Amino acid sequence: MTIADGPALPKLIGERVKRREDPRLIQGQATYVDDIKLPGMLHLAFKRSDIAHGVIKSIDTSAAAEMEGVELVITGAELAEHLGPMPIGTPFPAPDHFSVATDKVRYVGEPVAVVVAEDRYLARDAADAIEVEYEELPAVVDPEVAMEPGSATLHEGFERNIAVESYWGGTGVNPETAQPEDDSAVDAAFEEADVLVTQRMLNQRLAPNAMEPRGVVAQYETGREYLTVWSATQNPHILRTLVAAMMGLGEHQVRAVAPEVGGGFGCKINIYGEEYVAAALSRLAGAPVKWIEDRTEAFLTTTHGRDLLGYIDLAAKSDGTITGLKARIIADIGAYEVLLTAMIPTLTGLMMNGVYRLPVVRHELTEVFTNKTPTDAYRGAGRPEGLYFLERAVDMLARELDMDPAEIRRKNFVPADEFPFATQSGLVYDSGNYEPCLDKALEVADWQGMLAERDAARAEGRIVGVGLSFYVEVCGLGPSAVVPTGGWEHSGVTVERGGKVTATTGASPHGQGNETTFAQMLADHFSIPLEDITILHGDTSVVKQGIGTFGSRSQAVGGAALISAAGKAGDKMKQFAAALMTDQEVSPEDLVFEDGRIQVEGAPEVSKTFAEVADFAYVPVPLPPGMEPGVSEESFFEPENNTYPFGCHISMVEIDRETGEPRLLKMVAVDDCGNVINPLIVDGQVHGGLAQGIGQAMFEEVVYDEDGQPVTASFMDYVMPRAADLPAFELDNTVTPTPVNPLGAKGVGEAGTIGSTPCVVNAAVDALAPFGVTHIEMPLRPERLWRLIQENGGQS
Amino acid sequence: MIPTAFEYRKAGSVAEALTLLQEGGPEAKLLAGGHSLIPMMKQRLAEPGLLIDIGGLDELRGIQETDGEIAIGAAMTHAEIAASDLLRAQAPIVAETAANIGDAQVRNRGTIGGSLAHADPGADLPAVMVALDATIALLGPNGERKVQAEDFFQDILTVDLGEDEIVTGVCFQACRSAAYAKLEQRASKFALVGVAAALSLDGGTCSSARVAVTGASSHAQRLSGVEGALAGASLPDGAASAAAGAGEALDFVNEDLHGSEEYRRAMTAVFTRRAIEAAAGRG
Amino acid sequence: MSEPVPITINVNGRKRSAMVEARLLLVHFLRESLNLTGTHVGCDTSQCGACTVLIDGHSAKSCTVFAVQADGAEVQTIEGLADGGELHPLQDGFWEEHGLQCGYCTPGMIMSAVNLLENNPAPSEAEIREGISGNLCRCTGYQHIVNAIQHAAERMAQS
Repeated sequence: MTIADGPALPKLIGERVKRREDPRLIQGQATYVDDIKLPGMLHLAFKRSDIAHGVIKSIDTSAAAEMEGVELVITGAELAEHLGPMPIGTPFPAPDHFSVATDKVRYVGEPVAVVVAEDRYLARDAADAIEVEYEELPAVVDPEVAMEPGSATLHEGFERNIAVESYWGGTGVNPETAQPEDDSAVDAAFEEADVLVTQRMLNQRLAPNAMEPRGVVAQYETGREYLTVWSATQNPHILRTLVAAMMGLGEHQVRAVAPEVGGGFGCKINIYGEEYVAAALSRLAGAPVKWIEDRTEAFLTTTHGRDLLGYIDLAAKSDGTITGLKARIIADIGAYEVLLTAMIPTLTGLMMNGVYRLPVVRHELTEVFTNKTPTDAYRGAGRPEGLYFLERAVDMLARELDMDPAEIRRKNFVPADEFPFATQSGLVYDSGNYEPCLDKALEVADWQGMLAERDAARAEGRIVGVGLSFYVEVCGLGPSAVVPTGGWEHSGVTVERGGKVTATTGASPHGQGNETTFAQMLADHFSIPLEDITILHGDTSVVKQGIGTFGSRSQAVGGAALISAAGKAGDKMKQFAAALMTDQEVSPEDLVFEDGRIQVEGAPEVSKTFAEVADFAYVPVPLPPGMEPGVSEESFFEPENNTYPFGCHISMVEIDRETGEPRLLKMVAVDDCGNVINPLIVDGQVHGGLAQGIGQAMFEEVVYDEDGQPVTASFMDYVMPRAADLPAFELDNTVTPTPVNPLGAKGVGEAGTIGSTPCVVNAAVDALAPFGVTHIEMPLRPERLWRLIQENGGQS
Repeated sequence: MIPTAFEYRKAGSVAEALTLLQEGGPEAKLLAGGHSLIPMMKQRLAEPGLLIDIGGLDELRGIQETDGEIAIGAAMTHAEIAASDLLRAQAPIVAETAANIGDAQVRNRGTIGGSLAHADPGADLPAVMVALDATIALLGPNGERKVQAEDFFQDILTVDLGEDEIVTGVCFQACRSAAYAKLEQRASKFALVGVAAALSLDGGTCSSARVAVTGASSHAQRLSGVEGALAGASLPDGAASAAAGAGEALDFVNEDLHGSEEYRRAMTAVFTRRAIEAAAGRG
Repeated sequence: MSEPVPITINVNGRKRSAMVEARLLLVHFLRESLNLTGTHVGCDTSQCGACTVLIDGHSAKSCTVFAVQADGAEVQTIEGLADGGELHPLQDGFWEEHGLQCGYCTPGMIMSAVNLLENNPAPSEAEIREGISGNLCRCTGYQHIVNAIQHAAERMAQS
């Protein structure tokens, strides 16, 4: 027996480990989809509709086709012979939606023809040379108008433009039919209430704006009949499944690769027409093809997020006890249903219980087509909308009752001893402990001090307000019963000769740092150095199976799959180790991983190095009875439930009395995402989420004019948060592990986005409360705030 | 993202650029920093057939002061103007305005000549030049022509500049008691409303003033009502009343997502007052 | 098709000559002709800064410069920032402080920060936030980027 002289290895879970992804990214050595070049590669450019609604009368492609270097020009109608309507991932009825419009266009930016050319510049020239003649139809841009009888309609068979009608949830609703059976308790609660809050609120349309636009490279190999698709996607395995189906191929004939992906935020979940078109045209042209989106195209054609109108009612007793909630929600989903379009708004009602013990809840959802870009997931996807509606309404109730916004929330919290907690919406919250989180936030922010500061500022004539929100969200999306794409994740763990470890994960990251956090988990699991571990992802030829990264699921579901596979690999390593320890009677159950060795627990002198056991596994002489050589294990993990992280956000806003310009002075976030693998990465996720949530509250909005023309189709008009617009965020956390996965981790990718939006609006309303203001629509445009001040004569 | 094709000539001198401009006719455009033109070309809102690059011409560079008159060459970048000790001392309004145009990268490439010739309704420098009563120097086939800034800016993206002429520079009298205040359109960083005020001060009293607004209207223009009200006013106390009617006096006011006509008129008054106060503070 | 124009640009210390179409944007020359794909394109209106490089030492958005305009100039890209095997203090700062997530804006952000520290070696937090206002990041909320630049400024001050 020998003891290796390796150093003691520190435990890495919970440590602020520097990211292993970064060296390539900070040196410009990463490969994003636009960095891929293949021999003979051709370039696509799309001719897109410049009107919101119309019938295609004719398309003249002759000038484009004649240009030197143009290989192919194809219209939507011609392409429909090669590509059928695009699949969606929800069970709701949906109209046919072709990758390229065949007869009608329904939003500005919808593709009508495609050019394949030798280079990108030429492809653009040729696309611009295509002439399209339309018979214009009236555009429908307001979802409430769209539902009125007599309104112009987008799709045959969808009367009054309604995609999903009267989808109910809550007390007395049959979850199978989504229809009420006996919800009289809701009406009774409102009849008996001491106080009512009623507000119409808009959760405006947003552009996700990942800094990397979308892009795809497709290479169809004729003869081999094999397709490779590189795409800026959050979920290469779903891409493989859907592109195979569209191309009439089996999944075994398709390799999908998500190379380095420059952010997703939900908009790279959908599998887009351009991805199918690239695949089809590569086969047709007999050459690899590339398409890279311009930012202007991204504003027009990459899915938008949010755009929910809520009619919210809250019933309460005069002591602040909330006795009921009603929400009538209208979702403007744009022109078509894409992958998850129709599902996203259903999450809104589902989460509207928030952190409160609401005795009765009713939510009713209608989804409506308009002549706008289709919507789908955007960071938070359904939950920010619900929590915004709820947390605004609770704030209004506090103001109505002259209660402290923290205390009214505390009064209505689900108590810690009632978890798991079944909500009126039909969810079961896994775990929660809200009061300590609230108390910590109040302490970190110095809430009493903030109130004093606000009052002092007001005495000086400044317009200052403080805001608070408390959110719960649903993360770690699984099991399969609730996720149309599948609610599991897959991982493989291979111990190589020499004792290095390669792991694969289907949770394909695009900035989340899985190469680091997953390696931290394996380093601790096997007690080997971080440098000895490689995490592979994003390539379906390497990662056998997977779902993808969305809904804050990569740690809670993907991480759990990894640990499960690592457990199997570890068991096998221990069996080989025991077999190697021939001079002693050792049972694998007695062995532990310790500092690069496999040893008898408490007896380090009885050990083998991890490396020598790994070597033995691949040349096992003699092969222990009943064992196969090698250590390469895999696991599918499906959680029994979602996870429900929560947190409290506090902010302070000042508004310029003369101009209405808002300024965020302070932002505090105390989040609880369960156990944390890497606090550095978790902080980064919260920071980014806060910026996006603040962006929605203060700056961002996709706007269309009455003809359906986009007004905000570039960064010249769509206001993105910049560094100077934001204060330094103050973060803290509490830890309430989840029981639904072995890591106790809940997920944190969307948390910051959910709490911050209502928090900042609550602060702005507080600032303008002395002017009689009780609600402000987002974003907090200076002119909007200025008008509210002016309406009161400029005086508080 | 991709401009249409064009021919490119690099001019070795202003004289050569003039010749090329004449030869090129209406298809020809001058290119210096390119930060007004190239974005439009990438959107295919401008499709010139010939670009004449005057970016590196020494003749168009430099910042000098002669007998109280300051001259800035057209090819000077915003960053160079912002960093000029001469301007910081003798016309701080110009250096400060340049320092707040767009962002660092834009300031490193964009030039004063380009900004003035392009005349974006939200550009900052036109208002400053009108307030300083600057002279814009133009060179054409028939020699030099000088135009006062207030006459140069005529309408949206329209200036008194012939197709065969080049902006070679600007000059103005040194002026310390001048300031520019703007309400920024947060996405583009252009001025939603920007006001420049240049004051002649006699102690706390304003003897005369020139005040100009950008962003609010089609082009940079004087606010003569404000100027009249400032004559003889004691400052800073009189700033508010002098500025009060600034917005209402405008004939035409821009309107878009970021600000209605009503808001822009109101902000014109607010930023006029702020500019006057800041200028008076420089006394 | 317009007449190709000969250009010679010193890129990261290497002379690179080519015949280019006049309309070729500098960013595409770097990415497509020289395979320097570390410089990214994030918008088409000169707002996002992902394409930021240094031209004669000054930060510039290479999507708003024609390659022909850079004829005779020295261009530095993210690939040319490390000194041999040693990371530039800003690269190191971004790594140490978790100044990046998806990494797409990062090369442009770092090149902007190089320009910032060149002009102002000890910027305040507000000056850093203002100094990088020509660069959009959607992932980080900028806080760790600010920390990264402070980290680099301190290290550069020590050396």
